[in-house]
Amino acid sequence: MDWRRFGFIALIISVLFGVVVLIGHVQIAPVIIVTSMLATTIAVASPLTLGALCGVYCERAGVVNIGIEGMMLSAAFFGWLAAIYMNTVFGIAPMPSLLGGVAAAILTGGLLGLLHSVLSVTFKVDQIIGGTVINILAVGITGFLNRQLFFEKGSIFGGNVPHAPGVLPRIQIPLLADIPVVGRIFDQQPITWAAILLVLVTHYVLFYTRWGLRTRAVGEHPRAADTVGINVIRMRYANVILGGMLAGLGGAYFTLESVPSFEPLMTNGRGFIALAAMIFGNWTPFGAWAAALVFGAAQALQINMQFFREVIPPQLAILQISYVVGLAPYILTMLILTGIIGKNIPPAADGQPYEK
Amino acid sequence: MQSSEERTSPQTKSILRFLRPTLNALGVPLLAVLTAMIVGGLIIAFAGGDPFMAYIGLFEGAFGTPKALSETAVWASPYIFAGLAVALAFRGGLFNIGAEGQLAFGAVMAALIGYALPGWLHIALPAFIHIPLAVGFGALAGALWAAIPGALKAYTGGHEVINTIMMNYIALNLTSFLLNGPMRDPNPLNVVARTPVIAVNARIPPLFEGFRVHWGFVLALLVAGLVWWLLWKTTLGFEIRTVGANPDAAKYAGINVKRTIVLTMALSGLLAGMAGTIEVTALNYRHELGFSTGYGFDAIAIALLGKTHPLGVVLAALLFAAMRNGGTRMQFLTQIPVDIISVIQALILLFVAADAIIRYIYRIRAREERVVLTRGWGG
Repeated sequence: MDWRRFGFIALIISVLFGVVVLIGHVQIAPVIIVTSMLATTIAVASPLTLGALCGVYCERAGVVNIGIEGMMLSAAFFGWLAAIYMNTVFGIAPMPSLLGGVAAAILTGGLLGLLHSVLSVTFKVDQIIGGTVINILAVGITGFLNRQLFFEKGSIFGGNVPHAPGVLPRIQIPLLADIPVVGRIFDQQPITWAAILLVLVTHYVLFYTRWGLRTRAVGEHPRAADTVGINVIRMRYANVILGGMLAGLGGAYFTLESVPSFEPLMTNGRGFIALAAMIFGNWTPFGAWAAALVFGAAQALQINMQFFREVIPPQLAILQISYVVGLAPYILTMLILTGIIGKNIPPAADGQPYEK
Repeated sequence: MQSSEERTSPQTKSILRFLRPTLNALGVPLLAVLTAMIVGGLIIAFAGGDPFMAYIGLFEGAFGTPKALSETAVWASPYIFAGLAVALAFRGGLFNIGAEGQLAFGAVMAALIGYALPGWLHIALPAFIHIPLAVGFGALAGALWAAIPGALKAYTGGHEVINTIMMNYIALNLTSFLLNGPMRDPNPLNVVARTPVIAVNARIPPLFEGFRVHWGFVLALLVAGLVWWLLWKTTLGFEIRTVGANPDAAKYAGINVKRTIVLTMALSGLLAGMAGTIEVTALNYRHELGFSTGYGFDAIAIALLGKTHPLGVVLAALLFAAMRNGGTRMQFLTQIPVDIISVIQALILLFVAADAIIRYIYRIRAREERVVLTRGWGG
């Protein structure tokens, strides 16, 4: 464990929370502010966490994936499309429709993972360009279909955005969620819970299973892995597709868990932040999650600041604080990349196509 | 990829042999465009539209009238600058994914110089001073914005892909802060985040009366020539290309690799900053939040489609501009959403990047050496 890095992350999150407490404490009790901030942080960090886990699987297997953004955007759209299609056209109840939507989102992510593997593993396309292709393709396809299906007269939905089946319901952890005030933290929606669970699962898979050992071998030294009989190509395909599915689940967060609607470009760069979180976390699941929480905290800060508009009279001051503090995670990422908080060690064969 | 005269050995005699490399260099991109248009046509047909009508509308909208031609050139100007920015960085072995941020920062600076400088100096500046100042500072702002990730790459090894993406978000946040706060248009009727209009003397004039096409387009073409000259006719260009091809060899040859990396990124950012600057000084006469969404990624596609050669970039930029501009007419004629253009552009990029697919479909033998475009995070 890289304790220096985790200490640093804890410090940053405390500072971000501290700023909000400092501004809001005259209006709301600090414990409520911290609870609300923490609950929001964990929720908004979940797509970042899932995107970062996608990056961990891909890059541990030696494939750089900057297409996480496009994977999440496509999954957000197709998951949402599947959900309203099931609900409106087939008349399926909202809850199964939403779950069907989540499945469709995961499938979309997996298919784009397949595309990325075909490009980067089979055709040996420059992996960063392969990811860029996915990003641009996602913007085009989702924008085109969004307008074609919902805003054109002759379309199946008659030129209207149909009524959405709502969002995934909250799940409370028994006992913990019943604690007064603080219980709010243990009252989250399913994809958020899944993201946390998947951090644990990924850590176990990567470091305690044969699959994980083989994945890491393929990412560190594919030739050696090949020599001992590991199928490099197959391992890379499997991990990139698996990663794509995780990014797909992260995409579902936007349209099935956060808000019940789709808007063009709605992932708004969260896939790139997820990529940064993965590097920030030094290619480890726990590190990636912690880094995702930093970005989540910055976002939670900007959301929570809205409540304190009246506390500080000139509106500009609040604007300034949220913009300036909002910059912190980006600047921190750049600092981390310089190696001052400990060396960043990417998998040795990351980004290199394997030539037999 | 490389110009014909470099590729042809002195022994080759026939004209056909002389032309073949050029044809080959053009072949894959042209076939990629063709294939992307066919796939795009299938998608249009699948969505219930008429692909032939759509492409006729696209062509009409892009080239049909003098006004259409003018608008295509208007679209092409920032595309050429931004495409050149990404292409130059590629030549230096760097992936500048942050043209978007450099462009925005350049635009903000150009707008600031454009509207505020006369007030600071208490005199109205003549156009021949004010225009170069606005354009120059805009370009410098872009250069500075890109030099930061360049320096981080050279001196700490921080990968430029992540750093330029981070710089994009910093620029975005900073721009929205400036345009909502200190630089916001004070006009009481204004409800959006935008700057005041720039002084009349800071505006680049249109080429022809009654059309929007401006001298910025001519400047873009000139700069494309300048970039070609820089890359292939100067020592700096040679150093940039050598560092791009093989940094270790460059180091042994006595080239200051670190300095070259910073300079390459700064020049790349300068060009991207020009893209934003031109939009402010020649077209919009102010900077408005969110005017440039997507230029950064389009620029990558343009640079790759143009095979990172300035002439190729100009042609690719014109193609992308024609598609963007013609898309509106296409949507009017066939009710096919203009977003299909993004799909076709992504397909073009896909087929250019994965040229193995194109070679497989059209049975073209691989013949040219591959240019290393990017490297993994390691360095």
